[in-house]
Amino acid sequence: MNSKVGRPLSPHLTIWKWGPHMLVSILHRVTGIGLATVGAVLLTWWLCAAASGPEAYQRFIDCATGPVMKWVMLVIGVGLTWAFLQHMFTGLRHFVLDTGAGYELKTNKFWATMTLVGSILLTAAIWAWLIWGR
Amino acid sequence: MGSGTNIGRVRGLGSAREGGHHFWHQRLTAAFNFVLMLWFVISLARLPSLDHATVVGWLGSPLTAVPMLLLVASVFYHFRIGLQVFIEDYVHDEASKIACLIALNAYSIGLGALAAFSILKIALAGGMA
Repeated sequence: MNSKVGRPLSPHLTIWKWGPHMLVSILHRVTGIGLATVGAVLLTWWLCAAASGPEAYQRFIDCATGPVMKWVMLVIGVGLTWAFLQHMFTGLRHFVLDTGAGYELKTNKFWATMTLVGSILLTAAIWAWLIWGR
Repeated sequence: MGSGTNIGRVRGLGSAREGGHHFWHQRLTAAFNFVLMLWFVISLARLPSLDHATVVGWLGSPLTAVPMLLLVASVFYHFRIGLQVFIEDYVHDEASKIACLIALNAYSIGLGALAAFSILKIALAGGMA
């Protein structure tokens, strides 16, 4: 932090009143980091297990569906689903914003809120289908 | 850096002093990720089961293996440059920043190579892995 006295401070998270646009902006980063770490490791682990033969693959499945891990994987699965959808919707929002459209206060607030509504509803629908629908 | 002209001031600035092409690549790979990830998730959901024979049979087909390789390339490159922006924004100490960027490259290239090799091994073994 630059501590030179008298210089104007950049508006910061702690100064502005929070709004949906700020929340989804920071969530885009947070979900991106989650997907790049937990998501990428799980995907690679799964591919690596499949390439290592039936026994290694079965160990991966047993590990993911064990009595305790089942609940951990449920939390990770729901979390990754939501993170993926949220990152996808805010990513699509960024494509629109990149064209210079959607900066009017009401429009911006509306679509920022809709990324949250969309990601939460779709995550609930997908997991309801995975648990009860199949 | 330029001698004070407007274009000289624009060139080579930003927190990393380079990387304007990343802005464009970030969006290009985002579009590819959107298509490839939807294909991947819907294909997985449509598989009759996720046991070894089914998964390897599916991954072994050229029309699965090639999009999967493209998905790994696009997604891993996308998060490599995405996390680089994150590091450049929040890690201000030069030595720590360089260390973080080296670790990021090792992580994304290492993990990406492992994922790509696994797909190739399954595909080139003709589904018999």
